[in-house]
Amino acid sequence: MSQQNEVAGIAERAADDKTLFGFWAYLMTDCMVFASLFATYSVLHNNTAGGPSGQDLFSMPYVMVETMLLLTSSFTVGLAILAARNHNRNTVIFWFALTFLLGTAFLTLELTEFSRLVVEGNSWRRSGFLSGYFTLVGTHGLHILIGLIWMLTTVPRLLTDGFSRVNLRRLTMLSLFWHFLDIVWIFIFTIVYLMGNIV
Amino acid sequence: MLDFFAGFLGKLTLDAFPHNPITAGAAVSIVAGTLVGAALMTRYKKWSWLWREWLTTQDPKKIGVMYIVVAMLMLLRGLSDALMMRAQQATSAGSSQGVLPTDMFQQVFSAHGTIMIFFVAMGLLFGLINLIVPLQIGARDVAFPFVNAVSFWLFTAGMVLINLSLVVGEFSAAGWLAYPPLSELKYSPGVGVDYWIWSLQIAGVGSLLSGVNFLATIIKMRCPGMTMMRMPLFVWSALITMVMICFAFPILTATLTMLALDRSLGMHFFTADGGGNAMMYVNLIWAWGHPEVYILVLPAFGVFSEVVATFSRKRLFGYTSMVWALASIAFLSFIVWLHHFFTMGAGADVNAFFGITTMVIAIPTGVKVFNWLFTMFRGRVRFTTPMLWFMGFIVTFTIGGATGVLLAIPPADFQLHNSLFLVAHFHNMIIGGVVFGFFAAITYWFPKIFGFRLNERLGRSAFWYWLIGFLLAFVPLYILGLMGATRRMNHYDSSLGWQWLFIVAAVGVLVISLGVVFQLIQIAYSIWQRKGSMARGGDPWDGRTLEWSTVSPVPAYNFAIIPTVTSRDAFWEQKQSGKKLTAPRYEDILMPKNTPMAMYIAAAALAFGFGFIWHIWWLVALSGFGVVALVIIRSNQTDTEYVITAAEVAEIEASGRKAAA
Repeated sequence: MSQQNEVAGIAERAADDKTLFGFWAYLMTDCMVFASLFATYSVLHNNTAGGPSGQDLFSMPYVMVETMLLLTSSFTVGLAILAARNHNRNTVIFWFALTFLLGTAFLTLELTEFSRLVVEGNSWRRSGFLSGYFTLVGTHGLHILIGLIWMLTTVPRLLTDGFSRVNLRRLTMLSLFWHFLDIVWIFIFTIVYLMGNIV
Repeated sequence: MLDFFAGFLGKLTLDAFPHNPITAGAAVSIVAGTLVGAALMTRYKKWSWLWREWLTTQDPKKIGVMYIVVAMLMLLRGLSDALMMRAQQATSAGSSQGVLPTDMFQQVFSAHGTIMIFFVAMGLLFGLINLIVPLQIGARDVAFPFVNAVSFWLFTAGMVLINLSLVVGEFSAAGWLAYPPLSELKYSPGVGVDYWIWSLQIAGVGSLLSGVNFLATIIKMRCPGMTMMRMPLFVWSALITMVMICFAFPILTATLTMLALDRSLGMHFFTADGGGNAMMYVNLIWAWGHPEVYILVLPAFGVFSEVVATFSRKRLFGYTSMVWALASIAFLSFIVWLHHFFTMGAGADVNAFFGITTMVIAIPTGVKVFNWLFTMFRGRVRFTTPMLWFMGFIVTFTIGGATGVLLAIPPADFQLHNSLFLVAHFHNMIIGGVVFGFFAAITYWFPKIFGFRLNERLGRSAFWYWLIGFLLAFVPLYILGLMGATRRMNHYDSSLGWQWLFIVAAVGVLVISLGVVFQLIQIAYSIWQRKGSMARGGDPWDGRTLEWSTVSPVPAYNFAIIPTVTSRDAFWEQKQSGKKLTAPRYEDILMPKNTPMAMYIAAAALAFGFGFIWHIWWLVALSGFGVVALVIIRSNQTDTEYVITAAEVAEIEASGRKAAA
């Protein structure tokens, strides 16, 4: 019996191993998607076609709040994973709930900014620069939305199946995904907003 | 009421159905073919068999066969496009306008390129990798079997979409890479470019998922003892190809998305106005596109490395240098993309850099050519059909490589850019390299998958028709290109004296078509006469690598006992030493259960693409939601595996061995 458990354990560790590796590889491909969008944005960011530039549109304090929300959420998801290692269910759920709220707040702020721009007549149709801006930042926002849906579908399973190997693996991948989005945001913050305000 | 329906179906109206006799004929034959197929399935009560054994399968061997079947069907479609193009150019000199209307000619050459690359070459590639890679690394499955099925069905959804354009609407007339601003809404207001975008987008995401999947499979699932430098060369080529797919295909996804956003939401990425930059598209598409041609050809290199070693009865010459050659080709392929548009005006320094990196690729490729030849040197060579394909490849590929180096010289390229010389060059590489390689692979591994060999005589005939037809079809194009004939030209002046060369080229395509006919006859005849060519023992060619150690057809679990290897060419070593690789003490094996979910996800993706093409926004919302919901449902399914008991394994193995004896 114990030998059988051992065999099963090896199989599960192998599954963890290949799934996490596959997930890292997927993250790398997503990184390439963002790289393409960043490259296009960089080429187009001065193509304002007589419309407003980044300097005219972006409010740094506003973006700072967004950034802080997202960075904090990355911290809370980290705490959630630490708690998951100790199989501390309520703590995990608490930190994920907080992460979810922070992510939702971030997304709300982002969509508010988008709608403000559109209402002011500066939609993605206005110029190459704004097409690049909406697509790059919007793709990140879409990923955040996917992350939020993922939290909603995965975290409640802790209540039914507890800290099964599958659940732990999914939570790990979710946190990797979330940290990845945080890193992408740091680049967006730097390249789109900071550099947009300097030039 | 009518207005409601008009809004309900977006831009889709009765006008979308074909009026032109050629398109209508194609549409009718597609619909009729599907109906006849369905009727035959019903007549012979094969639906449940099809559903159980094929459509819902997660077995990479069956998925591989389905990939190849789809790719073969698409080869027929792409070939008929080629025949129409050749017919047009052979007849359209002077006062004659040829057989095709201009707009249709443009759709035909766009469809030909798109289909041949995405749905023939890529299909054969993934088919072979699915069939062979798990077997060669001693694994029972791929890393993510369900994702693998999703990849296949997304590929099929893309294929359905591109063929749907024949029946509903029109196809892109903007060439196989749809350069803007021509492909923008302003200059291509129809749905053709949207069909192009969405069929590639859906199939491309499938390829990307496969890339991740097989990367994880090869890195994480090799059997004990199989270190990286003991992997068969085909596995190496697959591994490096998957890495390239992971880097290159996301660029395609992003680029197609941006073009779609331009067309559907009025963005200005690549438009001629509003601050768009069309050259950005050309850079991005080739940053994917150049690696893509190496994605196609590296697995063919891998195939030849296996074929040559087996049929020369020698270990491959220069294994290590072969691996490094593959790796350096892969690296270089990412820093040459600008050679596709030297004429864009990047300046002499930039052009020189990209010209030199392009020429440098000839070095590792030359290493490979010489290694194959040295493998044959003093070997006991058997001139079977796969070897014929190999030798045809060596000749044509070397010619193509030489013309490629010529094109890599920027000043020469300024003359040859956009000419038929270029068209001849890349067909030289893709037919002579990729297609010949995949045909060799199909002949070579057919008995492994089906348990009987393909007929040799018919295979030889097919090879000779292909080779001679290929030379007849493309040598004239080289000459025409040097004479100044541009590609995608639907009419020329008769005083140029080009027509006879175009007629020769058209004859060449007819000869290639005969080759395809012989291949079809070969398959049918081999199935009919399979009793005489059984290869149930699993090792008909005296092979060297692990896949030949299993019985044929390969059971679902591949290996009853996971092998342990101690060297390269593990199976050959085992046969030489006379030792048994495995002791027959079987255990229970867990395999993934069949599921239709992969097909459902792809069907939703297909509806999503169709909705976007025709601006049917409710369908886009519904099917987008459907994809998300299906993924969530699938990830919550727990009972996804079944057990093959040790007793069943013993029975299957015993019957396989008995049939072999």
